[in-house]
Amino acid sequence: MERWTRTHRNLLWAVSAVTIGIALFLVFLVAPREATMGDMQRVFYFHVPAAWVGYLALFVSFVASLLYLRRRESRWDRLALSSAEIGLVFITEGIITGSFWAKATWGVWWTWEPRLTTSAVLWAIYASYLTLRRAMEEQGRRERVAAVYSVLGFVAVPINFMAIRWWRTVHPLVFEGGGSNLTPAMLRVLIFCIVSFTLFYLAVLSLRLGIAWAEEQVEQLRYE
Amino acid sequence: MSLARQVWTLVLKDLSLEKRSREMLSSMFIFALLVVLVFSFSFDLRVEVMSGVAPGVLWVAIAFAGMLGLARSFVLERDQGCLDGLLLCPVDRSLLYLGKLVSNLLFISLTELVVVPLCFALFNLTFHWLLLPIVLLGTIGFSAVGTIVSAMTVHARAREVMLPILLFPLVLPVLIAAVKLTGGVLDGQPWREIQNWMQLLVGFDVIFLVVSYLAFEYVIEE
Amino acid sequence: MIRVRGLVKRFGPRFALRGVDLDVGEGECVALVGPNGAGKTTLLRILATLSQPTSGSVQVDGVDLFQETNAFRRRVGFLSHQPLLYEDLTGEENLRFYGRMYQVTDLESRVTVMLDRVGLMQSRHDLVRTYSRGMKQRLSIGRALLHDPPVLLLDEPYTGLDRQAARMLDQILQKVGFDSRTVLLTTHNVERGLGLVQRAALLARGQIVFEMDGSHWDPGKLQEAYDRQAVAAGAAR
Repeated sequence: MERWTRTHRNLLWAVSAVTIGIALFLVFLVAPREATMGDMQRVFYFHVPAAWVGYLALFVSFVASLLYLRRRESRWDRLALSSAEIGLVFITEGIITGSFWAKATWGVWWTWEPRLTTSAVLWAIYASYLTLRRAMEEQGRRERVAAVYSVLGFVAVPINFMAIRWWRTVHPLVFEGGGSNLTPAMLRVLIFCIVSFTLFYLAVLSLRLGIAWAEEQVEQLRYE
Repeated sequence: MSLARQVWTLVLKDLSLEKRSREMLSSMFIFALLVVLVFSFSFDLRVEVMSGVAPGVLWVAIAFAGMLGLARSFVLERDQGCLDGLLLCPVDRSLLYLGKLVSNLLFISLTELVVVPLCFALFNLTFHWLLLPIVLLGTIGFSAVGTIVSAMTVHARAREVMLPILLFPLVLPVLIAAVKLTGGVLDGQPWREIQNWMQLLVGFDVIFLVVSYLAFEYVIEE
Repeated sequence: MIRVRGLVKRFGPRFALRGVDLDVGEGECVALVGPNGAGKTTLLRILATLSQPTSGSVQVDGVDLFQETNAFRRRVGFLSHQPLLYEDLTGEENLRFYGRMYQVTDLESRVTVMLDRVGLMQSRHDLVRTYSRGMKQRLSIGRALLHDPPVLLLDEPYTGLDRQAARMLDQILQKVGFDSRTVLLTTHNVERGLGLVQRAALLARGQIVFEMDGSHWDPGKLQEAYDRQAVAAGAAR
């Protein structure tokens, strides 16, 4: 992905921009108004895809870290770092929009319910991951140790989720217990939003990977 | 059997070092004491039933004191260049993990021997035998992750700050489960209501012991 | 005895070793000289298994570094300018600890013999914290040779030692069986450190650039080559 030419990347950006445009249109003009919550409910279409992409990005980082430990090729480390940075941003957005959602639904800005809390912990883990990278100077060791932390962090996610879910059960379990609480029309819009967010993630990822690759080239030149 | 002997040699070395310098345990004890005292003051002003917060206070004290011990355990080796000495030895790196793990477990357990009775006294709690396995399993989970994370921070800048930053998000499930279980047992809740948490704790311990054991060599080698 | 082929070590984008080939025969004593940053310590640390090579092969006494790492470790003794000793343990306790980790047979008698050879029998029950630099270095030799390895690696062993201590170090090294072992030592000081050496290799910027052996021994020439490299290294920066 980092070796893509300008054209490839621009194409991805274009597609991404178009789908986001359509998504916005759908969210504000096409999706039906929710009965109880009104227009505030539309935050939902920004919250779920952001959370989804955040988790996806961090999963990618986790897999890339595993591959780096196995193969020690620096491109896996670049992918791990890039995806972690982007994932962190999306998780942040997920938490903030989740907070708005919580305010609209339950009247509080924050509550210790499973998904929000797990996201907060995941946020902390990957913020720590990035801090760790900055705190280590020895190259080689830095990438390895960070990769191990990423692996530990992601293994902790399902455990965290279960723990917090048993602890609190307030979050509306939208897709669980058979049948969702959304109308089919809402579901369609939601899925489209998820797709468009994912494309956006890929576009940003390709850009970030390009930067990381360029940085490494500069470093190598400096030492030649 | 020689593997067990080598692990024991490592542990014995740490115990001997501590016996001579007495730095680590004393600071762990005092710190845990302070945490318990500070929390019991601050809650006493606002909370009606103190026994409600007791489990939380207990585990926070254990966690903070534990981190102190974890931080010192590898730093000691590094400062005296002994980390290289350990790496020279013809033992698998994972064995070094086990050695440090057992040492850390022992030191944190020794601290708990002081802190737990103190909490019981201050909060007027009644002892229940189930608390022993709960504290043990919680300590194992905390140490399993703590040992590898402290090895990670040895080579980082600002390592005293890095250790809590890196460790807390990972051990959160252990703390939640341990507090839930401790509280449940003290409140006299029936076992089937809280056994979920025990499963979680055991699951966490097993998973992270295995993952840390396997990943340790990547962290410690150059 | 020591066989290194195509050894490469990178730290991120920086190459510390760029393909080193080295052979040291049994019982030989070879010195690696070179300016700071040449890669001498890196090479030695890899041989001591303290650092992992990026690529290349390393064998000692026929044992491969990657295939049988622990067996490899048993065949190597490492002495650094850091003593690798626990300050809060006594001299004897330090040796006993390492002896157990190396699973040395007849540990107690071996420890006593070693302490005697390095001249520390009197201070064996004293904490290492109380030892002088020279004493620590001597105990370190005891630690390095406790498991009787066929190969001894010395990383800048004369650093921080004055003339007298350096001479004492030489004496002890010879006493503990220096001449029967294979020795590889590094030094950036061409004048000192070459008394016991039969062959020297000059390492600069990660590669061996010059070798000199016993039959054509000429320290002046070695110094010349060294100075050239040092100048070149300085110019490059």
